[in-house]
Amino acid sequence: MKAAAFDYARPASGDEAVALLAAGAGMAKALGGGQSLGPMMNLRLAQPDSLVDLRAIAELRGCRRDTAGGVETVLIGACTTHADIEDGRFDDPSRGFLPRVAAGIAYRAVRNRGTVGGSLAHADPAADWVNAMAVAGADILVQGPAGRRTVAAADWLQGAFTPALAEDEIVLGVRLAQWSAAARWSYYKFNRKTGEFAEAIAAFVVDPALDLCRGLIGALDGPPRVIADARGLLAALQAGDPAAADAELAAAGLPPGSYEHHIHRAALQRAAAQLKGNA
Amino acid sequence: MNDKPTSPLALTVNGREVSAVVEPRTHLADFLREQQLLTGTNIGCEQGVCGACTVLVDGVPTRSCITWAVSCQGAEVRTIESFDEDETMAELRAAFTAEHALQCGYCTPGMLATARDIVTRLPQADEARIRLELSGNLCRCTGYVGLVRAIGRVLEARRQRNLVEA
Repeated sequence: MKAAAFDYARPASGDEAVALLAAGAGMAKALGGGQSLGPMMNLRLAQPDSLVDLRAIAELRGCRRDTAGGVETVLIGACTTHADIEDGRFDDPSRGFLPRVAAGIAYRAVRNRGTVGGSLAHADPAADWVNAMAVAGADILVQGPAGRRTVAAADWLQGAFTPALAEDEIVLGVRLAQWSAAARWSYYKFNRKTGEFAEAIAAFVVDPALDLCRGLIGALDGPPRVIADARGLLAALQAGDPAAADAELAAAGLPPGSYEHHIHRAALQRAAAQLKGNA
Repeated sequence: MNDKPTSPLALTVNGREVSAVVEPRTHLADFLREQQLLTGTNIGCEQGVCGACTVLVDGVPTRSCITWAVSCQGAEVRTIESFDEDETMAELRAAFTAEHALQCGYCTPGMLATARDIVTRLPQADEARIRLELSGNLCRCTGYVGLVRAIGRVLEARRQRNLVEA
């Protein structure tokens, strides 16, 4: 099918983009790489009156390393593509975690155009970045008519396809702390076909230097469940006790005995085993 | 309707500078086929799944059905029509013939764009990696065996040549 007619603008600054979105009164959409929005518009699931293309905004490209406040962080611009991250054409604070996640997104042709900011704004609960950034403890930077604000990636999803992003706001980028040399991570996702959206995602990120031991149950119907202190769960899973995960799975809305419970528990076990293998 | 929105567009298509006026809703595949009359690019699913419409945008494989033409301002686009003199593509064409890597041919332009990316970007790719990389291009005729062999054949020939040159 073909998309319904729409107007198109390519602003050069974030201020201009926000003004265009505000003028659209809810019927204007920001465009990153368009790899989710394009299919939705061709299928007429989305019929915005206008698109505001963010790819010409210089500020949304590239990375910036910062040591303000004594914490070393990297801000990854919203228009960074999945392939940029997969290939390491960015300043990686995550010791290989983000490139590994990027390499598993859809297909190479999609990764060449799709952007981190676009994926976050699309907010599919089964997509990689909404889950990976949550377990990574990242912050998402947003600009709107009232200025700039920061949202913890763990709080980004309000529900399926509902990010903490107003209709007249844009994603500027994602900020992560630099992980230490002692950091370890694992990321396991279950797909029935390569490149499709995941049925289950599990991940662990451990960095003693940042006092971080987080777990994730992702690709749920709604927001991912971030386990802020996953030490107990991780130790039990690695000791071969899968039942230790049941309380977390129940809190994530997965009833025992269901297919969903089974695949998410298996994903957690495999992510825990992967982390052990990295030790 | 007289009030359809339109936008100016300037880009390079197969080495040629092109200026056009497009409706923003026109995707790159339709622009190439219907305004540039480059019908080598095939359209399958129009939702980014089948890979038939894969072309090179600024040197990298891109789904032309889910890329708006208007967002390709200033881009360099290469379609299957531009590869007659390309040495890698000539090798791939010969290998596709030798290994029976196509039957109806509908997926072939997209397959070749992806195959060229595999052999140039991943010189050490083995069969499992070729299959992984091909997962975004659907072929309903061949069962992929011929495709995987054809790409493997070109990769192996390139590795042998590099050994000889070293």
